[in-house]
Amino acid sequence: MSTVHLGFPAVRPQHASPSSRLRGERGFPEAAREELGDGTLRENLRRATSSIQSKRASAVREVRDWQKLRNAGSALKWQVTDHLPELLEQLEASVAAAGGVVHWARDAEEAGEIVTRLALERGAQEVLKVTSSATQEIGLDEVLGHAGIRAIESDLAELIVQLARDAPSPLLLPAIHRNRSEIREIFLATMPDLDPSITDEPAELAAAARRLLREKFLDMPGSVAISGADFAVADTGTMVVVESEGNGRMCLTLPRTLISVVGIEAIVPSFQDLEVFLQLLPRSSTGERMSPCTTLFTGVHEGDGPEEFHLVLLDNGRSAVLEDPEGRSALHCIQCSACLNVCPVYQRTGGQAYGSTYPGPIGAILSPQMTGMHGSDDPNSTLPYASSLCGACYDVCPVKINIPEVLVHLRAKDVDRRRETRGDFHGTWDVALQGASKLMASPRAYDLAVRSAGPLSSVLPGKNIGKLPGVLPLMTGWTDHRDLPKPGASFRTWWDQHEKDRAAQEPAHGPEGGSAAATTDDDPGSTDEERS
Amino acid sequence: MSEWTDARPARTPGMTAKEEILARVRAALAVPRRDEVTEAADVPRAYQRADDKQEVRTAPEKMRRVLVRRLEDCTATVHRATAATAPAMISAALGEARSAVVPSGLPASWLTQVDASLVVDDGTAAAHELDEFDAVLTGCHTAIALTGTLVLRSDDLGGRRAISHVPDCHVIVVEADQVVLGVPKAIERMATDPCAAWTMISGPSATSDIELERVEGMHGPRRLEVVLIEPEPDPTPEPETASAPKAAPEPVPDPAPPAAPATTQEKTS
Ligand code: SF4
Repeated sequence: MSTVHLGFPAVRPQHASPSSRLRGERGFPEAAREELGDGTLRENLRRATSSIQSKRASAVREVRDWQKLRNAGSALKWQVTDHLPELLEQLEASVAAAGGVVHWARDAEEAGEIVTRLALERGAQEVLKVTSSATQEIGLDEVLGHAGIRAIESDLAELIVQLARDAPSPLLLPAIHRNRSEIREIFLATMPDLDPSITDEPAELAAAARRLLREKFLDMPGSVAISGADFAVADTGTMVVVESEGNGRMCLTLPRTLISVVGIEAIVPSFQDLEVFLQLLPRSSTGERMSPCTTLFTGVHEGDGPEEFHLVLLDNGRSAVLEDPEGRSALHCIQCSACLNVCPVYQRTGGQAYGSTYPGPIGAILSPQMTGMHGSDDPNSTLPYASSLCGACYDVCPVKINIPEVLVHLRAKDVDRRRETRGDFHGTWDVALQGASKLMASPRAYDLAVRSAGPLSSVLPGKNIGKLPGVLPLMTGWTDHRDLPKPGASFRTWWDQHEKDRAAQEPAHGPEGGSAAATTDDDPGSTDEERS
Repeated sequence: MSEWTDARPARTPGMTAKEEILARVRAALAVPRRDEVTEAADVPRAYQRADDKQEVRTAPEKMRRVLVRRLEDCTATVHRATAATAPAMISAALGEARSAVVPSGLPASWLTQVDASLVVDDGTAAAHELDEFDAVLTGCHTAIALTGTLVLRSDDLGGRRAISHVPDCHVIVVEADQVVLGVPKAIERMATDPCAAWTMISGPSATSDIELERVEGMHGPRRLEVVLIEPEPDPTPEPETASAPKAAPEPVPDPAPPAAPATTQEKTS
């Protein structure tokens, strides 16, 4: 491999820094169980996901060439990954030509160091932030905090979260787990000048936040702002920021120095290609025809906006995602959150259970690839299993990432790795199948087991069998996460009975009489749905 | 307890970050994928582009009608005017505002009936000084009918960005020849000067972060007023209509009830 490489040892793609916000403390099932117990969160999530979902659906229905736009978006993203090195160099050249400075960050630490250094050199004690997943992923707030710089969140939801010192939940609507009276409490506790007669009307609360942030915007402490970008255009060096609240355009325009931290995957090949993505993103994301504010800027403009622009291009595990040809499409994500809102798992657990900056279906394929999956103790090894593979995420994805396919691929990879390393079986599944294979190897043992399941189930209440550790020896583990329909008579029992009945009816019907219709009529096990 | 350790990503001594990232990406991409590599020319452009017949042939007055409805959908107030009534409409749009800042290149005719005291921006006012103005009045570069979007370039018509971001009320004057149907046409127009600072506005800023209740005017202007200057109705036929004589049956999606039930299907094929 490393044969003719000008003296450097072969460079391999690297996983993200361990300090990145890409892995939770616990595996998904454990974390999910706790989130499921939070009533406010579940109710807010249900409302949020279903209302955004239906808005998105009608915004998409309006566009008659939607599928063609998706095809173009998907192909453009493949073009980007296939040609990433060239496009990155082109982007750097365009940004530099427009008066910007490009920095390259191999990992979270390097990105944090670059941003901190730039801010300190400009004497900033406070910086304004526009939320972006890249800055969240590298834990920028904390890094700046260690250097004595306070990052002020300018998105309302992030501000609420920051004020409440809470970990953010999904990509969109991060304040989802707070209701209005909680938000009012948080504001009263943290804004000293706030009139205590404020009600919990969202309009009043938003106005309070507007006032607080407006002071910050207007005299831009330290005059440094930090943002991300939704798209970085390679041929012109243009950054595109799509947002609703307008805090982005304030932060991109009013400070003296603007620092944008952008993942290497956010590239769009040409300016003209924005005609695809500026149609796909807003409708998929918030269900709007276009987001209220979309800002495009290129380098610096004399007399308008920041005097200095710094672009920090971030790898932090992205090269590792690219290394797997079956999984690299995860980097095509334009972070619209559509797949989160349609996901039956996400709708119930919310974002925190995924333990990463990137939650939901896309997070389940992105996070483990960025960090690597290190076996059964690694929480991120559980993420590819956090899905029922229903396929809804693929259907809505504006750039057609085949999330279910990648999930299955990652599961296979996880299992293979475990087998290879220590003959380490995946508890539930492999143990169950091991048992089953012993059982099925002997017709007599199998017969006995399934026949005994019928009578046994009659002592259990209800239609489904919930968590039942150890009652049915075959099913421990399985029933930890799934309900099992209560079995009727086993097939073997039914067949015996059926044969007896048939023998009794034989003379009347004649040899051809047992037609399909006649036999299924008295089939005790089948329901209407099964027959159709 | 955990048997896995998450090593810090390796850095190669003697390599710059740029060299190393590019080398990592090249090494990663050396593992081929199942399909052919996608070149720019392979991207299927079957969607409606700037030269699509719907974009080219839709009658201008129909486009404007769509624009007005879509602007109203995103809660902007629209004042329809002609060259003759524009000054009065602009004055009306400014409403109660006592002071307004304007960029240097607005047509003088727009300002003849304005009551508010006008200050022409000379690029020196700081943000908190701009905050003293009740309103800002600008022109626009392009208006996108199907999305209700107004595209401002930071020039002497759109103004530098700070002046249109800070005051509480933004009045935007749109001229008929700036109206296009779809996003691709708008991007095509913007691509003639891609490196300008562009702001695309679709309604006042808004947030739904508190229990999903939409609150308008989060940051930036809370009120958006649009004055659309249209050609005088009839007597003289419009030049644009002449090029599209049979414009009527053109299938422009009617904005009121969202275009015919499900022309798009959620299929992944
Ligand atoms: S994977 Fe697709 S649907 Fe999900 S957030 Fe990314 S772009 Fe949107």
